[in-house]
Amino acid sequence: MKIVVAIKQVPERDAPVRIASDGKWIDEDDLNYTINEPDAYALEEALQLKEKNGGEVIVVCAGPERVTSTLREALAKGADRAIHIEADDLGGRDTLGVAQVLADAIKPESPDLILTGLQSDDLGLGQTGVVLAELLGIPHATIIMHVEPTGSGLKVKRELEDGWFQHVEMPLPALLTIQSGGNKLRYATLMGIKKAKTKELKTVAASPAAAAQAVVLERVYLPEKQKKTEMLTGSPDEVANKIVEKLRFEVRVI
Amino acid sequence: MSGVLVVMEQRGGAWNRMSFEALAAGQQLAAKLGVECSAVVIGSGIDSLASEVASKKLAKAYTVQHNLLGHYTADGYVSALEQLIKQTNSAYVLFPHTYQVRDFAPALATRFKQVLISDVIAIHDGPVFVRQLLQGKLNADYRHSASGPCFVSVQAGTFRADALEVGTATIEAFTPQLEASQLRNKPGEPFRESAQTVDLSAAPVIVSVGRGIGEQDNLSIVEELASALGAELAASRPICDNGWLPMERQVGSSGQTVSPKLYLAVGISGAIQHLVGMKGSKAVIAINKDENAPIFEVADYGVVGDLFEVVPALTKAVRAAKGA
Repeated sequence: MKIVVAIKQVPERDAPVRIASDGKWIDEDDLNYTINEPDAYALEEALQLKEKNGGEVIVVCAGPERVTSTLREALAKGADRAIHIEADDLGGRDTLGVAQVLADAIKPESPDLILTGLQSDDLGLGQTGVVLAELLGIPHATIIMHVEPTGSGLKVKRELEDGWFQHVEMPLPALLTIQSGGNKLRYATLMGIKKAKTKELKTVAASPAAAAQAVVLERVYLPEKQKKTEMLTGSPDEVANKIVEKLRFEVRVI
Repeated sequence: MSGVLVVMEQRGGAWNRMSFEALAAGQQLAAKLGVECSAVVIGSGIDSLASEVASKKLAKAYTVQHNLLGHYTADGYVSALEQLIKQTNSAYVLFPHTYQVRDFAPALATRFKQVLISDVIAIHDGPVFVRQLLQGKLNADYRHSASGPCFVSVQAGTFRADALEVGTATIEAFTPQLEASQLRNKPGEPFRESAQTVDLSAAPVIVSVGRGIGEQDNLSIVEELASALGAELAASRPICDNGWLPMERQVGSSGQTVSPKLYLAVGISGAIQHLVGMKGSKAVIAINKDENAPIFEVADYGVVGDLFEVVPALTKAVRAAKGA
């Protein structure tokens, strides 16, 4: 099975949130970047499918030069080759625009299966995978915990709300968005890191952006507080005693 | 092109209650814009659901029925709703932000060369749609800039279903053209993994732990605090993903929804998926090292500090208070 994993590079979770001067994103100067966590689970699922059933795993990432470090890491974990879609203007493309860039780069590969995380840790739109499937004209299923090849296609386990699940059978080629927690993530081994250096990392140009976006991000800002939070300060023991006071006289659970 | 259309969600004849929050959002948006609001129920055998919708202040309550829509498939829903929206020519199409909507609405928007504005937490004049970025650390204003319909999904708890205005709507049946061959996926019956043995929704006090705990071996300090308080132990998704606590202890959109007297969040940053599961708590205390963590937005009392120092001190203080 030929599997493409579409991954995204995002700021690390504890990244400092300072609003950029244009007011449309955060200051990127001091940011460290990493693989979007749900995409790491998509990669893990792909690697396990390959180990069980054979095939090839190709990782694809769109973005500036810096994203190649995330692609190298995926190669070190066991992906066979990588495609870097060079684009410095992703911030100026909406979901449809980004999905189109991915579709144009993935289509020539004609994969049997495309996997991606269910959403990104930074924008959290949770739709690039579904839009990509629609653009490629292939079926999709979202929030997938488990993937099992059948004779003619796939049987996947889809997470529903409130602890419910559902199996869905679907033909190939198909696209799945992967939920976190379905597998245990692997680390790159030293051998893997060494091997990654010899693997193919191809750079392709992003297809040109559409003339206009369907939706526009106008500005970002720190959220307004929904509640007035009373901050308790002091040494750990002082804070602990203040909390106990609140538990006794305000919350009344002691 | 005008009017607001709200897509209601049902499964097997039972509502997803978030539909009524989306309906309230639709009514309010329509009132602001001075246009009509309508709603649509999709499936098969949904006449009684449509009557319920028709008792709200709406122009029309559409039913989209077909025997191929009895079980949800993205292909069936996208095709049927595409046909309806082309007929209604709606300017805005609103959905509750459910797992099912996440599965088909982006594809539906793509059919119209539009982009779904997903997981919206507020709608301001303009209209400007507010969503959260970076796991809730940042808000962003989005505006629809294309000429086609604007697709929006509304986060749970953003609008109140009890704010719905009642009225009488005309029920209008719409029969979409669907062929069995269009439905590429074959859905199975929904199931539960195992009987849930932990019912967090009944717990008066919950101590909940998140990523900040670092590793599994550190969980014991939180367990001791929970036991001192006589509380149930709960967690955010990453803790359960790692297998450190069973999935049935997870609070959030994919886990349980709780509303205890006290929710004590330890090392939980407060991503929206977690907050929707606990923001009904009577009192929230948050302990986190990051003063910008979004959990503080919903906390009554906050401690910015090292949980490895604060939690053991708190356990000791609780024990002393209870012994006294």
